[in-house]
Amino acid sequence: MARRAGTLNLAAGAAAAGVGLLTLVPLAAVAWRAGGLPAPGPADWAVLRFTLWQAVLSATLSAGLAVPVARALARRRFAGRGLIITLLGAPFLLPVIVAVLGLVAIFGRAGLMNAGLSALGLPTVSVYGLGGVVLAHVFLNLPLATRLILQGWLSIPSERFRLAESLGMGPAEVRRFLEAPMLAAVMPGAWLAIFLVCLTSFAVALVLGGGPGATTLEVAIYQAFRFEFDLGRAAALALMQAALCLAAVTVAGRAASRPGPGAGLDRAGARVPAGGIWRRAVDTLAIGLATAFLLAPLAAVVVSGLPNVAGLPPAVWAAAGRSLAMALAATGLALALALPLALAAARAEGRGTGWGAIAMLPLAVSPMVVGTGLFLLLRGLAPPAVLALPVTVAVNAAMALPFAFHALLPAARALTADYGRLADSLGMAGLARLRLLTLPRLRRPLGFSAGIAAAFAMGDLGVVALFGDPDRATLPLQLYRLMGAYRMEAAAGAAVLLMALTLGLFWIFDRGGRADA
Amino acid sequence: MRPFLIAAGLTLATQAMAQTPVLTVYTYDSFVSDWGPGPAVEAAFEAECGCDLRFVAAGDGAALLARLELEGATTDADVVLGLDTNLTGRAAATGLFAPHGLTPALDLPIGWDDPLFLPFDWGHFAFVYDSTKLADPPGSFAALAASDISILIQDPRSSTPGLGLLMWVKAAEGADAAAMWEALADNIVTVTPGWSEAYGMFLEGEADMVLSYTSSPAYHRIAEGDDTKAYAAFAEGHYLQVEVAGKLAATDAPELADAFLAFMLSDGFQAVIPETNWMFPAVTPAGGLPEGFGDPVPAERTLYLPPEEAAAVRDAALAEWRDALAR
Repeated sequence: MARRAGTLNLAAGAAAAGVGLLTLVPLAAVAWRAGGLPAPGPADWAVLRFTLWQAVLSATLSAGLAVPVARALARRRFAGRGLIITLLGAPFLLPVIVAVLGLVAIFGRAGLMNAGLSALGLPTVSVYGLGGVVLAHVFLNLPLATRLILQGWLSIPSERFRLAESLGMGPAEVRRFLEAPMLAAVMPGAWLAIFLVCLTSFAVALVLGGGPGATTLEVAIYQAFRFEFDLGRAAALALMQAALCLAAVTVAGRAASRPGPGAGLDRAGARVPAGGIWRRAVDTLAIGLATAFLLAPLAAVVVSGLPNVAGLPPAVWAAAGRSLAMALAATGLALALALPLALAAARAEGRGTGWGAIAMLPLAVSPMVVGTGLFLLLRGLAPPAVLALPVTVAVNAAMALPFAFHALLPAARALTADYGRLADSLGMAGLARLRLLTLPRLRRPLGFSAGIAAAFAMGDLGVVALFGDPDRATLPLQLYRLMGAYRMEAAAGAAVLLMALTLGLFWIFDRGGRADA
Repeated sequence: MRPFLIAAGLTLATQAMAQTPVLTVYTYDSFVSDWGPGPAVEAAFEAECGCDLRFVAAGDGAALLARLELEGATTDADVVLGLDTNLTGRAAATGLFAPHGLTPALDLPIGWDDPLFLPFDWGHFAFVYDSTKLADPPGSFAALAASDISILIQDPRSSTPGLGLLMWVKAAEGADAAAMWEALADNIVTVTPGWSEAYGMFLEGEADMVLSYTSSPAYHRIAEGDDTKAYAAFAEGHYLQVEVAGKLAATDAPELADAFLAFMLSDGFQAVIPETNWMFPAVTPAGGLPEGFGDPVPAERTLYLPPEEAAAVRDAALAEWRDALAR
C-alpha cells in the first residue's frame, strides 16, 4: 500500500512539477522581467466583468444543452451513431479561425440562416455581440460537454440499470437514483473545463463580439504585450485570469466530490433503458438539432474547401506531416502527465482538490504569457528556432492536460473506489498494477484523452509564435500564411485537410478506447 | 585513437574556417512564407554576397518589435525588416538600431530622411469592395458613415491595418475623429483580430467593404484574372503605410548588414515585392510595375503622420475608438 502510494505520488509530483514549469514559472519570469506588477485600472475591471460573464453564460449553456444530447446518445442505438459521436467532436478540435468562418457562413449576415429568414420575409438577425460570442462558444464546447457527460452515462454499469428494471423503477426513479448522482459527479468538471476555455478566449470574442465592447482578458493581455509592450500589465492581467480560474476550480471541485456509481461486470447488452415513444421523440429531436447545429458550419467549411485539397502546394503537405508527428509526441506526453495526476486525485478524494487545480493550470495561465515567459527562460540555453519543436510539443501537451485529466478523473475515481482496496490487499503495485488493472479499466477515457490531445496539438497555433522557425511551419501556420497571401481558396483547402487529419487522429485514438461503446 | 582525434580536430577547424558568414534577418511571418518575397530575396542576395542569409520569422510587425524588445542588446538579429512607421518611433527609442548612412533615391509619396530606417515597400490603406455587388461606393468617411454600407475592420490593438485605420481617421478628422468613429459605428459589422479574418469574411460576402490596401485589387486582377475588386477612393486622401528595415547597432556582421540594406533597394529585391508582398516597391524596378498593378494614390492625396506624431496621438486615438465602438 505504502509502496503503491509512494510510486504514484512520485509520478504525480513529477507531472505537477512539469505543469508548473510550463505555466507558473513562465508567468513568474514575465513578472520578474517587468520588475513588478501595476494595480489594475477601471478599464481592466470592465474587461474582467465581460470575460467572466460570457464565460459563465457559455459554460452554463454548453453544459446544460449537452445533457439531453448525451442522454439521447446513451439511450439510442442507430446506424451512424458512432460516426455522429466522432463528428460531434469536430468543432472543439478545429482551429478557431476555421470554426469562426464556418459559423459565419451559417449564422453571419450573408449566411444561410439569414438567407432563409429573408426568403420567408422575416427580418434578419445579427450574430455579432455577446450573443455571437456565446453562440460560438457553445458551438465549440457543446461537443466536449456532450462527450464528457456521455462518458459519465457509459460509466454507469449496465447491471445497475438491470437492477433498477427488476426493482420496477420507472424513468423518474432511474433518474433520481442512477442518473442524477452521475450528473452531479460529472457536470461540475464539464462546466469548469468549458468555463476555463472561454475565460481565455481571444479570436472568437473579437470576431463575433463585434467590437471592443467584447474585450476579454486575453485580448487585453495581447494588447499590453504587443501594442504597449507593458510586460508588467500583461503579467498582472494574467495573474487576474489565473486567480479567477483557481477560484472556479475550487468551487467546482467542492461541488463534484461525490462517489461514482460502483463496480460492474462490463456486461454488454442491457444498457440505458430506451423508454417509450415520447422519450424516443425527445431524443431524436435532441440528436437531430445538435447534429444540425454542429455539422452545418463544418459542412460549409468542407464545401468551400474540398475542391482545393488536391491542388494544395507541397509546402502544405510537408507541414501536415510535421504537424502529425508533433501531435503524436504531444499525445504521449499529455497522457504521461494526465494519468498520474488523475490517479493521485482519485486517491486523495476528499482531501482537497490540489491535484485537480494543478491539472487545470494550463487553462488558467494566458497562452501569450506562457509563450513569452518560456522564451525569456529558454533563450539563453539554445537558439529559439532549435527549441521550437520541443517547446511546441510540451506546451500542446500541457494545453490538452485539463481535458485529458477531466476525461480520466471519473473513471479513475471509480477504479480507486471499486478495485483500489482489492488491488492493495493483493499487493498489486507498480507496473503490474498499471498493466493489469489501471490501463484496461481506463481504456475508454484514455483513448478519448489521447484523441483530444492529438487533435489539440494538430490545431494549435498561438503559444509558440516567438519561437518561430520559418522552415518548419506547422499546418495551421501554413493555413494562416495562405490566408495572409490572399490565397483564401487554398487556405480553405488546407482547412479541410487540417480538419480531416485532426478528426482522423481523434477517431483512431477514441476508437481504440471505446471498442465496446 | 589519437590520430582519429587529430583528424577530427582538423576537420572541425577546416569547417569553421570554410564556414560562410551568416546574416540573420528578423522579419514578419508572411515575408518568409512560400508565397512571400523571402525565398526569392534569399536566393538573389546569397548569389551575390557569398554569405548565408537566415530569416527568422516572428508573427507580424508588432510581434517582431516585441521580440526585439524582449531580447534587447543580446539579440542575434543583424537586420530587422518589416516594421512600419507606426512602430518605428518605439523601435528607435529602444536604442538598438544603428544609422544606415545611405541616401538613396526613393519612389515614395513622401520625403524620407529617417537616419535609422530605410523603406522597402509602401502602400495606402483603403476600403476594398466588389464592384458587382456595390454599385455606388462612398467617396469619403462622411459619405460612408451616412450610408448603410457595411464594413469589416481590424482591431488596432492586434493588427497593423487596424492601427493604420486608427491613424487614418485621426489624420483625416483630427479633433472630430471621435465623432467620426461614433458615426461609423453602425457601419461596422465586426472588428477582427487580423487582416486575414476580415478579408476572408469579406470574400464570403459578410460585408460590402473591407479595410485593406489600394493594391489588393491588383492581386485579384493579376493572380486570379478577376476584375471585380476595386477600392473606394476617399476625397480626404488615404493613409500611407511605409514598411522599413534597420540595422542593429550590436550586429556582428556590420558590412554584411550594410550590403543587405543596399541590396534591399536594388532590383533583385524590389522587383519581387509587387507580386509577393502586393505592395508598391520603394524603388521602382527597371522593368516598371507589373501589368495591371494599377497606379498608386497620388502624393497630394496621401495622409501620413510621422513616427513621433503617430506615437504621440496613438493612445488617445485608441481610447476614442474604444469608447465610440464599445457602445
